[in-house]
Amino acid sequence: MMREIDHLEVRNLLHAALDGELDTLDMMRFEAHLSDCTECTAEYARLSALSAAIRERVPRYAAPAELRDALLQSLMPREAEPPKVVPFPASRLQRWLRPAAGGFTLGAALAASLAVMIATRNVENAVTDSVVTAHIRALQPGHLTDVQISDQHQVKPWFDGKIDFAPPVKELSDQGFNLVGGRLDYIQGREAAVIVYRRKLHMIDLFVTRSDHAGSGAEPAPAPRTTPSGYNVEHWTDGGLDYWAVSDLNRNELADFAKAWQGR
Amino acid sequence: MELGQATETARFAETALPHLDAAYNLARWLTRDPGDAADVVQEAMLRALKFFGGFRGGNGKSWLLAIVRNTAFDWMKANRPAEIARFVPGGTGEDEHDIENIAFEGDDPEAALIRAGDRRQLDGLIEALPLEFRECLVLRELEELSYKEIAAVIGVPIGTVMSRLARARQLMQRGWLKEETR
Ligand SMILES: [Zn+2]
Repeated sequence: MMREIDHLEVRNLLHAALDGELDTLDMMRFEAHLSDCTECTAEYARLSALSAAIRERVPRYAAPAELRDALLQSLMPREAEPPKVVPFPASRLQRWLRPAAGGFTLGAALAASLAVMIATRNVENAVTDSVVTAHIRALQPGHLTDVQISDQHQVKPWFDGKIDFAPPVKELSDQGFNLVGGRLDYIQGREAAVIVYRRKLHMIDLFVTRSDHAGSGAEPAPAPRTTPSGYNVEHWTDGGLDYWAVSDLNRNELADFAKAWQGR
Repeated sequence: MELGQATETARFAETALPHLDAAYNLARWLTRDPGDAADVVQEAMLRALKFFGGFRGGNGKSWLLAIVRNTAFDWMKANRPAEIARFVPGGTGEDEHDIENIAFEGDDPEAALIRAGDRRQLDGLIEALPLEFRECLVLRELEELSYKEIAAVIGVPIGTVMSRLARARQLMQRGWLKEETR
């Protein structure tokens, strides 16, 4: 009799057991019942096999690169490029324009909301927003570095001929900041060299642009900032160049990075 | 001092973009078409950005997938009304009678599964599942969401998730066993 009740209950628990949704006590009862019920054992084995087969053979579709790029471009346009309205395949764009086809007009709506956003941010924060945005965009798969090497002698020449100043590239691995590579980006419509470092699992982007105040010597650096999205930013000016270090690294370690860089 | 909405957009990107593959995968399995899935995801991201002010931390993946799911259903209502007409949004799925009344792509489940099984592909079997079972199975097996998270995405009680998942696997198994023993 007791066994009969167990059997009926366990039949209802098979899926929850398979999905790891049983608490310890129920799991113990479940296993105890399975050990002397061939019917439940067989059914559980069939379900497990099905689940394993699905996970092994059924594709988990990844977002196409064009879709990811179109979204990135909409959310975080590269500033020096003319604002593009979602360069997703033209045939699809036509379908959005077709009346009553679901009424999807992503490009125009996003562009409008972005225009408002860009108009309302204030100038000082605009630069910080801009470097944080560029940093987040770079963290997307396939966007991190254009040149991926770990030796300053390889990174430095990579910028030659790509940008009209020579960004200093420094080796800081003895202080725990490993050089990962470099890329080009745009900050406030200005070309920036980005030197990428890694500290443990955290990426640090160091943006370098020509300074507005070239020739006037070192500027007093604004206080380091933490953005609402949790990124830390360190800014300094030196030798006619502006530097912004951006990372999700904690504020103290990012300050260490800035100090280490300036100390070299 | 306003920190600027550009930062808000950055915060949105940070929340939503890590789940872009999950969003696309769900849309792809619901619409069963790569192009339609891309349209749905674009629209869903737009809605998500619009409603982002209402999102105050928590599970970003469930939050985004719920929007993708709703967008996909709206999209299908507009573009494939016949397919979604059979869907019973309020149906608990717990009542066996309810389930039997849900048509299986126009004919009985058995026949559809055998036909799908002919393709010897589990994908085909999943695509042949009625929407409410398909979404549960995809969220569980491919996205590996917990029952609680699936309940949040679909907007039904956990008990309903459990019974729909059980039913989805039952239907899958019928077709699959036929395929394997052929
Ligand atoms: Zn049993």
